Amino acid sequence: MIPLAASSPEAADAANRCAPGLPESFCHQHEVTGCVGGNGLFCFDWAADNFDRYVGPFLRHLEIVAISVVAGFVIALGLALLSHRHRALVPPVLGATGILYTIPSIAFFFLLLPITGFGLATAVIPLSAYTLQIIYRNTIAGLANVPAEAKDAGRGMGMTERQLLWRVELPLATPEVVAGLRIAIVSTVAIATLAFLAGAGGLGQVLYEQLDFKTNIIMVGVLTIGMALVLDLIVVLAQRSVMPWRRAAR
Amino acid sequence: MIPLATVIDSFIGAFDFIFHQRDAVTGGDVQVGGLAYIWPFARTQLEVSAVALGGALAVGLPIGLVLGHIGKGEYFAVGFGNAGRAVPEIAVVFLLAALIGIGLGNVALALGILGLPPILTNTFVAMRQVDRTAVEAADGMGMRPWEVITRVELPLAAPTIMAGVRTAAINIFATATIASFVGLSTLGDFITNRSVYGDDGVVAGAIVIAVLAGLIELALAGVQRLVTPRGVKLQRAVRSA
Repeated sequence: MIPLAASSPEAADAANRCAPGLPESFCHQHEVTGCVGGNGLFCFDWAADNFDRYVGPFLRHLEIVAISVVAGFVIALGLALLSHRHRALVPPVLGATGILYTIPSIAFFFLLLPITGFGLATAVIPLSAYTLQIIYRNTIAGLANVPAEAKDAGRGMGMTERQLLWRVELPLATPEVVAGLRIAIVSTVAIATLAFLAGAGGLGQVLYEQLDFKTNIIMVGVLTIGMALVLDLIVVLAQRSVMPWRRAAR
Repeated sequence: MIPLATVIDSFIGAFDFIFHQRDAVTGGDVQVGGLAYIWPFARTQLEVSAVALGGALAVGLPIGLVLGHIGKGEYFAVGFGNAGRAVPEIAVVFLLAALIGIGLGNVALALGILGLPPILTNTFVAMRQVDRTAVEAADGMGMRPWEVITRVELPLAAPTIMAGVRTAAINIFATATIASFVGLSTLGDFITNRSVYGDDGVVAGAIVIAVLAGLIELALAGVQRLVTPRGVKLQRAVRSA
């Protein structure tokens, strides 16, 4: 049998107190006065002094999100293009991605552990599976909403079906596809805080290491929400620069 | 890559844990496993989820209905839903545990907060999507505002509202697993206490959680079908025909 979960919270807590190999700052503080000792709501000084401990997990979090969303986007787009040709595929794909979406993330991680083991793959597979439904549904809707006049005009210009897809249909469907992508990114950033349960690390790992220290919880929460907002903003700006005609229309 | 035989063994072991009692890994004559053993954990998780969903409905539904009826606060109602997606569940659960302590009521409060955004946003959007001519007809018939809400807008908005309730319910139930980190004995106990339940218990817990989530989704999909007015169903059938 391979090792599965980290262990009980009590064991993890005890390990945190003075585990060999952990940096000094990870051990619980024993002072009973001051902001940290009294577990105040948010200790600015502590947060400023210990900011460096969040950098590594933050980048790891970003890596998990990036791999998951890119993989999910490629698969969902591929499925959408395939079912754009073969409409009969739409209900089964929607059904299958819907079932994946219903599996709670923690259960998904631990169901995969016996198959893929502790590590990045076990975190990325569920996270990318969750993005499929929303990106696929939005892409299908976007392609279906392309005005028939636009397609007729393209055909009249002598475009082949392939040219029509890449030069008329997909550009016109982009706003819906991007809307789906944005939802996928924001929710993946949030769910990835659980990726540490799959052994992939990320911001959830730092949270779990001191799960009763309020400053730590708030730092992780703020960094996670901040990452989601910044990534969302980047997508919006990228869409504007790629589709200047949308800006002109406003 | 892990050999297939090991993978199959893991899942056979997990199902054995679900259906049969066995000695705990820690020994000492403690028996774990079996449906009768797992049920109390499942019940706690279902209870805390039900309380949280009830609370989220009690707060989100009236606000969404009123805002949607008067057509104000779109920025708040929709933005709240979008912002809610970015909030990491685990941070909310731990922060509330650190702030107000542990226990079923406190965990339910944390879960309820997480369930609020989809309910509020869907209720608002659903109310705004109701055909304006139907509302004007109701006004013309001399209905009072709350009659318009409860007898015209709410039934027409019900399917979209239920979609939000489904999202909230699945979210809440999934997150209730984490409650075992803050001392509430939900199904998450099997996942976090490998030292007691063994690897079989961990996978068994994951299976039970996934199956229950699927059942909740199915049940609420049924409710959604029940609350969809016959007229709306007919309209859809005509449109798709």
